[in-house]
Amino acid sequence: MIVAEQKPLNEIKSMLKGCKKVLAVGCGTCVTVCFAGGRQEVGVLSASLRMSTDLDGDVVNVDEAIVQRQCEAEYNAPLEAGLDEYDAILSLGCGVGVQSLAQQFPEKRVLPALNTKFMGYPAEHGVWEERCQGCGNCVLHLTGGICPVSRCAKSLFNGPCGGSQAGICEVDATTECAWHLICENQLKLGLFDEMMEVQPAKDWSSARDGGHRRIIREDVRIPDEEKA
Amino acid sequence: MSTMKYPAFTMPESNARPMSERCDSNLTRLLAADEFVVTGELGPPKGHDAEEVRKKARMLLGSVDAANVTDNQAAVVRMSSIAAGLIMMNEGVEPIIQMTCRDRNRLAMQADLLGAYALGIRNLLCLSGDHQSHGNHPGAKNVHDLDSMQFLRMVSDMREEGKFQCGEEISGGGLQLLVGGAANPFADPAEWRPYRLAKKGIAGADFVQTQLVYDMECFREYMKRVVDMGVAEQVKIIVGVGPLKSAGMAKFMRDRIPGMTVPDATIERMAGAVAGIDTEKKAERSAAWKAEGIKICIEQIQEMREIEGIAGVHIMAIEWEEAVKPIAEAAGLLPRPIMEV
Amino acid sequence: MTSFEPEIVAFCCRHCAYSAADLAGGGRISYSPSVKIVELPCTGRANALEILHAMEKGADGVVVAGCLPGTCHYIKGNTQAKHRVTHLRELLKTIGLEEHRTRMVNISAAMGAQFVVEITNFVETIKELGPSPLSGETSNTRTEGQS
Repeated sequence: MIVAEQKPLNEIKSMLKGCKKVLAVGCGTCVTVCFAGGRQEVGVLSASLRMSTDLDGDVVNVDEAIVQRQCEAEYNAPLEAGLDEYDAILSLGCGVGVQSLAQQFPEKRVLPALNTKFMGYPAEHGVWEERCQGCGNCVLHLTGGICPVSRCAKSLFNGPCGGSQAGICEVDATTECAWHLICENQLKLGLFDEMMEVQPAKDWSSARDGGHRRIIREDVRIPDEEKA
Repeated sequence: MSTMKYPAFTMPESNARPMSERCDSNLTRLLAADEFVVTGELGPPKGHDAEEVRKKARMLLGSVDAANVTDNQAAVVRMSSIAAGLIMMNEGVEPIIQMTCRDRNRLAMQADLLGAYALGIRNLLCLSGDHQSHGNHPGAKNVHDLDSMQFLRMVSDMREEGKFQCGEEISGGGLQLLVGGAANPFADPAEWRPYRLAKKGIAGADFVQTQLVYDMECFREYMKRVVDMGVAEQVKIIVGVGPLKSAGMAKFMRDRIPGMTVPDATIERMAGAVAGIDTEKKAERSAAWKAEGIKICIEQIQEMREIEGIAGVHIMAIEWEEAVKPIAEAAGLLPRPIMEV
Repeated sequence: MTSFEPEIVAFCCRHCAYSAADLAGGGRISYSPSVKIVELPCTGRANALEILHAMEKGADGVVVAGCLPGTCHYIKGNTQAKHRVTHLRELLKTIGLEEHRTRMVNISAAMGAQFVVEITNFVETIKELGPSPLSGETSNTRTEGQS
């Protein structure tokens, strides 16, 4: 899932400068699961903003709403009716959610309340770890099911670097060395020989480096003549 | 440590040209002639004073066959390794340019290599690079377009096939560069390390230089595995050694530097060097430590010469370049042979 | 200031503090009449949102009263509540309120007198802090949340 975390309250407050009334919109999908932008978080953030701006003497009225999936226009449509009274929308969606609202309601200012961090895995309650960078050309079949692009600080493709110590990455004492794990897994799976193949330079054009990415699936796309 | 057994491995047969034909650098000629080589290291300044580079180069002149010029070492911005290498070359010391995958993508790497080659630089060391979080620009974006293995392969192809990484021809033909990599015998997983060295050879490394070695026992085991795999026949292995400056430095290296082991006996020996010297006499203690550090280093080099598969030593005297000459001299490595074409 | 009688909301666990309050009442041990008790099945049910809402609506202090450590009916509802209150105090500071306006206390069902001591103690703390800047006339008028 997409993992995000809330921006500091003061940063959000400074974004709201000049606003009298805003609508905080949460999302019921990924950011609900990672406790960043669900109903509870929308409530806590909204109350915090109302109280804090009140104490500052320049109250911002924050109303609360939540949609099931902020990244899809259909779910956001019901918000449109009441939007006139708001100076801005404060989105507690991921970056996709914020942009969906901005695209859908172009006359409204949409502000991000979250920092979208990564595609991750809940390692334990309250701990999320990055697992995928969406590089567009998966190599997990070569790496024992462990992603070196997202989990190795140097995105190496040919084994652990000289900074791997007791299974830990030199960059951060709490991070496992992805290549150490890959080594162990490849041994376990009897695939160590693959570790000795020099993996060629990656074609990064399938990643962000290739420019803005888009997938067009003609098999599921609705033909133009049927759209009307 | 893994309890799983690593499978047996033997280096595949190499169809590489003889070493002497790959490059025309002094280092290449010495390696090709199976001379026990000596390399040194020069850290460029955190500024633009060419004289600083010249001064260090003069300290190394005559004591080493070539010297590495670090590339933003420890992810701290310094004078470019190519520029500093050229200054050093003008002082008569042959440079081994270090280049990291951290700071350049494949375009920049190849462009800089063309430039370096045009300036007369012939030796290259391909590195992943220390992570920028440890350096002085932790907010920098890192590149890692290639990893060090892919970097080696690219440069090796640039030489052997005369082609850029994309497959297009290099105008004027291949870059006859001697290509090296780094090896850390003591990092984890320990069992993997000989394999990684072998893989660097497969990727195209002509030589490797190792991380500083203090633990001779572990290193002998590592070398035995490397030699058994047949790696030393294809890759020239230059071992990193360096004089310890104090007992404190030895402890720091043991405890704080990832992938570094310093045996307790070495630390005790360093501590013993200042026995009987008043702790207030700082200069005297420092001199005693340095003398012992140099002595240990010399003994290590002598031991290294007896280990099968070792092509030379890489003397790293960090910010202590003047120590290189006495070490090389006492280890019986001077004068350095010059092999003209 | 001397006449200030703080508005206190006490979120009380049914298995301990709520019964303790009952016991105190039965024993005619009196405590501040402005303490409003909200019964919870467990303090594990108390979350940041409810405490904040109480504060927002003008409570001068919010106390969460749960079972003694190790005696939670649901194993660790009380420790989770303690954890949340600790974090909420940080949030209160960021909002601009005093962190001491909320507190977690632990009580057993048999500790009627102790309940009164804890509550009185909290009331004293709030009296020292004075009225919440969000209570009564001091606060600007606000609209209700939409959901």
